[in-house]
Amino acid sequence: MTSSDKTLKIYIPRDAAAVSVGADELVSAFEAQAATRKLAIEIIRPGSRGLLWLEPMIEVATPEGRVAFGPVEEKDVASVLDAMVANGSHALRLGVAEEIPWLKKQTRLTFVRCGVVDPRSVEDYIAHDGYRGLARALTLDSAGIIADVTTSGLRGRGGAGFPTGIKWKTVADTKADRKFIVCNADEGDSGTFADRMIMEGDPFVVIEGMTIAGIAVGATKGYIYIRSEYPHAVEAMNEGIAAAKRAGYLGDKIRGSAHAFDLEVRVGAGAYVCGEETSLLESLEGRRGIVRAKPPLPAHKGLFGKPTVINNVLSFAAIPFILDNGAKAYADYGMGRSRGTMPIQLAGNIKFGGLFEVAFGITLGELIDDIGGGTFTGKPVRAVQVGGPLGAYFPRELFDTPFDYEAFAKRDGLIGHGGIVVFDDTVDMSKQARFAMEFCAIESCGKCTPCRIGSTRGVETIDKIRRGERVAENIAVLQDLSNTMKFGSLCALGGFTPYPVMSALKHFPDDFGPVPTRLQAAE
Amino acid sequence: MNAAYEPNAYESWSADRGTEIIESLSHVEGGVIVILHAMQEAFGYVPEPAIPMIALARNLSRAEVHGVFTFYHDFRHEPAGKHVLKICRAEACQAAGGDALAARAEAKLGVKFGNTTADQRVTLEPIYCLGLCATAPSAMLDGRLVGRLDEKRIDALVAEAQR
Ligand SMILES: Cc1cc2nc3c(=O)[nH]c(=O)nc-3n(C[C@H](O)[C@H](O)[C@H](O)COP(=O)(O)O)c2cc1C
Ligand code: SF4
Ligand code: FES
Repeated sequence: MTSSDKTLKIYIPRDAAAVSVGADELVSAFEAQAATRKLAIEIIRPGSRGLLWLEPMIEVATPEGRVAFGPVEEKDVASVLDAMVANGSHALRLGVAEEIPWLKKQTRLTFVRCGVVDPRSVEDYIAHDGYRGLARALTLDSAGIIADVTTSGLRGRGGAGFPTGIKWKTVADTKADRKFIVCNADEGDSGTFADRMIMEGDPFVVIEGMTIAGIAVGATKGYIYIRSEYPHAVEAMNEGIAAAKRAGYLGDKIRGSAHAFDLEVRVGAGAYVCGEETSLLESLEGRRGIVRAKPPLPAHKGLFGKPTVINNVLSFAAIPFILDNGAKAYADYGMGRSRGTMPIQLAGNIKFGGLFEVAFGITLGELIDDIGGGTFTGKPVRAVQVGGPLGAYFPRELFDTPFDYEAFAKRDGLIGHGGIVVFDDTVDMSKQARFAMEFCAIESCGKCTPCRIGSTRGVETIDKIRRGERVAENIAVLQDLSNTMKFGSLCALGGFTPYPVMSALKHFPDDFGPVPTRLQAAE
Repeated sequence: MNAAYEPNAYESWSADRGTEIIESLSHVEGGVIVILHAMQEAFGYVPEPAIPMIALARNLSRAEVHGVFTFYHDFRHEPAGKHVLKICRAEACQAAGGDALAARAEAKLGVKFGNTTADQRVTLEPIYCLGLCATAPSAMLDGRLVGRLDEKRIDALVAEAQR
């Protein structure tokens, strides 16, 4: 690099959310401005810090630290560049990025580097404490690594919350000629984008986590299954893998040790159900994504019939911190049986939306009102859906629920992958219930009748309710149908679709009736 | 910048080219989906004659490969329009006012979701979450992401697709 002291270092995110609101255009605009002014600049493309309402949020290196500006539009480029050169004031100037309260209030263990480092550079990753977890793992034996993961209390971040250490131990204890590590990057839940952000902003932390898993259980090959809706993440992971290989962090002798580990990215093809672990394995083998019956568990017979660790992106991304800082450092955060931090995603109709990583225990109300600032439409929050399309709708009365696996389960909900979608008071909850059924019908793998047929019946029944046809009777039918789906489905697609439906009905009964009368009543 | 950003320009189907694609991926374990993606990338859809060729190369029945092909929403039976506009229809985008914008796009284009305009210019498709749920509502035009849609932005996007 030719950057001298006088070169202005400007950081413009390459995160897909930032790009979707104009980050790429800013790069060209800054380059053009700098050229006409004969100003030396260097543009670095990190991921996003996660303050997504401020995107594109760009930064400039100053003696005080990286100073942020946002949201920056093309028309602001000239004046922002003036302010950068003079280190002076600007209406969009947000101060030193790390000092922005929304960021400062977080506990970033997993996302500590996201938005900070250059995701294409292993050197930058290492300069920011990367690969220290792996270095420590290489000094331990399999049991030692797994003991750390178990003691940390880490539970799977993909939704089911199964203890990660136990899963790894099962695979480690199963003898086989080949074993696999699979990273579930299908992230199909609406309202979630943490997997995407970390893959785009800090791919090496995912690679390091998977490598440690491989060493722990004796697997030499890993796959990252990324949904096709995430082309930027696919590119980031492919580039990350190539860079890690070049630097000796993947391949035959990892960092000169006796361990071999290699990674390959596979791209999904637009099927929500392929996020379910056994469906994902079928898809990786090149088949239809039909859910497999369990047992056998993937830990015993997984990919190509071999013992397989399958974990969510965030589960793997939590591992390097745990190995580097010790299990206790992670377990010290959290409440009850939910240990550590959760990268929570605030989405939908929310004023300050983005990624908020925080210890378990924060309440839903704090997240939505204090952190999220309510709705961007300025109307009252009426309902929030937590945990994706299979998650329950919560009314304001339940906003005291702490973010914790058990607390949500107790209230007939789930935290899932940590996405929260906020709706204002214009939401029609029977319409949302209908969508839940419709989505299940579109995405069902077709194996079980309650899921495949029940969801279609569900749509029809809700339509009748909305037309005002024998409302009480059809609500009973809907309840029956939901019970059949809940207990007669093989996986959580059919089994949990009743959660959004029943929670909508339970907490918002006034929305279930003939649409015209309701709209009149609302006037 | 990226091939996905260019408007669709595809090769026309030839069995030789199909064979070439299949052979170039022969080392990929369980690679049927990888091959189908590669076919679609080359031709813009998965041509019918490709199915038995994949089956033969992979030692599978034609029905099995056909089953895989039809299971996944991504794979096309026929070429799409010149541009593909995908609008997110999932919950976070609904919460941010996406339904009205989706209806507006349908009206402007004169087609329902899942269809291509009569002049073969635009295919309009639903997509269920692009991971842009905090900068919602969102859409994708030929691989380019667009967030924070409002009436003005969706109109501009539709106009761009129609060009
Ligand atoms: C319909 C359905 C969709 C799912 N989608 C995802 C997903 O997109 N990502 C994910 O990590 N887990 C998803 N899961 C959960 C996985 O089956 C599995 O529990 C998870 O990958 C295990 O990893 P973890 O223990 O690290 O969470 C889904 C489950 C179901 C039933
Ligand atoms: S519940 Fe639905 S998606 Fe799950 S296995 Fe049964 S049919 Fe397939
Ligand atoms: S719900 Fe539309 S981008 Fe996620």
